[in-house]
Amino acid sequence: MKFTEEHEWLEPDGDTVKVGITEYAAEQLGDIVFVELPDVGISVTKGQEIVVIESVKAASDILAPLDGEITEINDAIVDDPSMVNTDPKGEAWFFKMSLKNQGELDGLMSEDEYQKHIE
Amino acid sequence: MNTLNRTALYDLHRSLGAKSIPFAGYEMPVNYPLGIMKEHLYCRKSAGLFDVSHMGQLIISSTTQPMQSIATELEKLLPIDILGLGEDRQRYGFLPNSQGGIIDDLMISNRGDHFFVVINASRKEIDFKYFKKNISKEIDVDLIRTRSLIAIQGPQSEKILSSQIGELSSLNYLDVKNFLYNGEIMWVSRSGYTGQDGFEISLPNNLCEFFCKSILEQEGIEPIGLGARDTLRLECGLCLYGQDLKETITPIEAGLKWAIQKVRRTGGEREGGFIGQEKILAQIEKSPGLKREAFSPNGKAPLRSGTKLFSDDLGKNEIGLITSGSYSPTLKRPISMGYLDHTKFKTGDLIFGELRNKFLPIELTKLPFVPTSFKRN
Repeated sequence: MKFTEEHEWLEPDGDTVKVGITEYAAEQLGDIVFVELPDVGISVTKGQEIVVIESVKAASDILAPLDGEITEINDAIVDDPSMVNTDPKGEAWFFKMSLKNQGELDGLMSEDEYQKHIE
Repeated sequence: MNTLNRTALYDLHRSLGAKSIPFAGYEMPVNYPLGIMKEHLYCRKSAGLFDVSHMGQLIISSTTQPMQSIATELEKLLPIDILGLGEDRQRYGFLPNSQGGIIDDLMISNRGDHFFVVINASRKEIDFKYFKKNISKEIDVDLIRTRSLIAIQGPQSEKILSSQIGELSSLNYLDVKNFLYNGEIMWVSRSGYTGQDGFEISLPNNLCEFFCKSILEQEGIEPIGLGARDTLRLECGLCLYGQDLKETITPIEAGLKWAIQKVRRTGGEREGGFIGQEKILAQIEKSPGLKREAFSPNGKAPLRSGTKLFSDDLGKNEIGLITSGSYSPTLKRPISMGYLDHTKFKTGDLIFGELRNKFLPIELTKLPFVPTSFKRN
């Protein structure tokens, strides 16, 4: 599993990567009540705002971690946004994407590096 | 860089794991580890303790004038019945400007030999100066900084508070009473801003932490931050100054006509005679178009303060603005309130709110979203 400075995790899943947010991010956001996911099939560029999350208090964006194309989204978290608080690294993944350049994944943080990043 | 003020509970908030935000010049807890949603539900079901020491506490008194004269003077500034406010009774009110707009909303108590006024944190310096400037020189206005203000709210609040300070069952909604606690006087009112039964307690700063720790040791109470305070008040349709109330909005537009007693309205025994009376009395006679209304967004996305309202889903005809909006933990859906021309719409009508370049359907509904549950005998 790899991590971004924006508190996303990326896990290789066949030809694609599964993307979600870390426990740290979920805790910081507070009680999540709304999630809006991107359309399947769209091309995204790194840093593009592609997911909207709303907590009780405020709205936040989640950025595309790398360049690529959205291949699948997790509708379960749209139906029950609280899953993002209870199981952010498991059932509450956000989307899957195919990477434009697979090698870019190696440039992201390891779990240890991410832990240091949030300390 | 401006440093933020801290309340007497700063250390306690930190030790309880509060997440803090700047609010009206203070570093205040927005939530504790429980989180806004659970704090909100806990307060509705059992009880919550809130630090509201950032709010202003004013004492209005006189060494030369009787209470009746102070009340008469205050009635020149406030469009509410103050002469008729009995001893140890509290009432909601507001300070209008000359245009009828609201300088601040407040709670005022008659304490026998003085009036005690609780004002909004963001407005306390403004209100203090305004009272000083506009009230007779015979009357003293003091902004007290030596006392903290704590709210204990929710159905279990009477039981929990009485375990520490004594019997409270004789206190009705908006009654005020002094209690002796560790050799100091507490000013306790049966009121609050959650729409539930509860109490507000003014006590010396140096006793505040000890008192709050003793309260939090009881079963059935949790500390609650400003996040849940906001959702609790919004569910019950209570206004937040700076969002739902401001200097350009009159109390009639804000739906606060109920707070202007008949005795101060046209035809009343002491009609008018307050700053802003022309506009306010005229609006009581002829309802203004603009009114505070309740909105139920149809979707799941909360439509918050600043959301523009349209009559159509293309964003062509702008009709109003949301001034407060959030997710309702009780109803498990978004709720909002704001202003629009109510003569053109009725309950049940569909309007649209702009969010992230989309126009989302909203149904006009009625306040409150969640009924209030005060203790009235």
